Amino acid sequence: MTKTEKKELMKLACKVRMGIIEGTHSAKSGHPGGSLSAADMYTYLYFKEMNVDPEKPRDPDRDRFVLSKGHTAPGLYSVLAQRGFFPVEELKTLRKIGSRLQGHPNMNETPGVDMSTGSLGQGVSAAAGMALAAKKQGKDLRVYTLLGDGEIEEGQVWEAMMFAHHYELDNLCVIVDNNDLQIDGRIADVIDPYPIPDKFKAFGLHVEEIDGHDFDQIEAALESAKKTKGVPTAIIMKTLKGKGVSFMEDQAGWHGKAPNDEQYDQAMAELGKQLEEVEAM
Amino acid sequence: MADIKKIATRESYGNALVELGREHADLVVLDADLAGATKTSTFKKEFPDRHFDCGIAEGNMMAVAAGIASMGMVPFASTFAMFAAGRAFEQVRNSIGYPHLNVKIGATHGGISVGEDGASHQCCEDFALMRSIPGMTVICPADDVEARAAVKAAYEFEGPVYLRFGRSGVPVFHNDDSFKFEIGKGEVLQDGNDIAIIATGIMVGEAVKAGEELRAEGINARVINMSTIKPLDEELVLKAAEECGKIVTCEEHSIVGGLGEAVSSLLSEKKPTPVRRIGVNDEFGHSGPAADLLKDFGLSAENIVATVKAWL
Repeated sequence: MTKTEKKELMKLACKVRMGIIEGTHSAKSGHPGGSLSAADMYTYLYFKEMNVDPEKPRDPDRDRFVLSKGHTAPGLYSVLAQRGFFPVEELKTLRKIGSRLQGHPNMNETPGVDMSTGSLGQGVSAAAGMALAAKKQGKDLRVYTLLGDGEIEEGQVWEAMMFAHHYELDNLCVIVDNNDLQIDGRIADVIDPYPIPDKFKAFGLHVEEIDGHDFDQIEAALESAKKTKGVPTAIIMKTLKGKGVSFMEDQAGWHGKAPNDEQYDQAMAELGKQLEEVEAM
Repeated sequence: MADIKKIATRESYGNALVELGREHADLVVLDADLAGATKTSTFKKEFPDRHFDCGIAEGNMMAVAAGIASMGMVPFASTFAMFAAGRAFEQVRNSIGYPHLNVKIGATHGGISVGEDGASHQCCEDFALMRSIPGMTVICPADDVEARAAVKAAYEFEGPVYLRFGRSGVPVFHNDDSFKFEIGKGEVLQDGNDIAIIATGIMVGEAVKAGEELRAEGINARVINMSTIKPLDEELVLKAAEECGKIVTCEEHSIVGGLGEAVSSLLSEKKPTPVRRIGVNDEFGHSGPAADLLKDFGLSAENIVATVKAWL
């Protein structure tokens, strides 16, 4: 990736983060923490990695993305808006009556959403089903799914991994957002799912461990996934929950809480400053 | 009907899948380590590359089916009713029902006629669970001919469908050549205006037998096969209420939440009519040969006749 490309991605990620704050502030609810931690991955996937076209959101040959951790929909909506699937202004309708932007993703209402999710552990299975169907249909497309690190406490995730490995779904890329926090606290304190990479390795997946805020590492891991044949890939990315907004960073309390007016102003000011800094690079 | 041949509707399911599979390349079958019992093994034999065993992981299977359906293929996901409707309820509700994906759920071993395996495997709650999901179609065919027709209709239909099949053989009373199946349409098998007997699944055969016995005693019962539990054929139920004045429902399912409640709810709002529900009376099943169990639980022509005679 060129320096210009990386700079562009960094700018976009700032804008995606602003959209997350915009949406959750307007909704007075929602999940900013895990949306912000995955914002760089969202940005890379939708602007660099995936074969998608906002003009043809239902193109049968497009790559698929399943947000298995459906509660971080504000992040998905924000990147979809930036990518042109719907107006950025619409982010302010998040969670409101009549809005296409439901609290959790709805594939029948929101352009660009490939699967309805929200109940943890299910999206990853649906993604495996998509990957299997794509192979049967002879389609050369890839399926990406994003899971929370708390989400992998759901047994169904491991049922899906057994399935994906058994059917050699090398067109499936499972990404775990390891921000280390879930609603009740540190994941290790709630019900310890560590060591995460070892578990995916034990299920036979090709595993990449990266810093989820480093675009070079994101790119390298996704490229490695594409080159891996015969087994699915799991990318375990270390991230910071609430990344980009100082008072939200690494705070479990910001898992599912919206910023008030004052916090909104501060968050937007911080992100605006980050955007300026990137532009000055 | 004693000399009529008996076929379990799960056999019909397996056979219909093979017939459909020959015509439609987009049909795939999923199973959860029960292919021999659900009879999807019949399909697997002919189309091994379109049959996917998901292992003992029903929740995953339902969500995998959802993903497959989102790609434009038509998955039939199969396991026992207990695990399809019960264990995987939330996956069916959230990953199939909510996005209204084109998944067909082939649930075999419904009701207490599972027999010897006992209560843990005798699902008498699946109608209740599945009909509570918005947009879900729920079908329980009565015999081999109807079961095969229902599987084909489910394939042609766009949207999620729950199909319930039985483990034990049931008499084949429909004529293969003349039978027409339509989702959401009940079928009058015997006419009469003294009382209406509305049955589904394996209880239809018993209701027909009861209807014949009652007629021999001068009671003309209208016998209706209500194979589609949801959407209910409201017109047919209301007509029966209007013309017969009394209704008995029969199902191999709990009296809570099934056909009896669906009929009662409709009538209480649109045409209050007395109803007696024959079904499993809010209790768990137990082990035993299927035929003995059905008798034990009053799921028999004998009990239908007794109920009608005591009422009239």
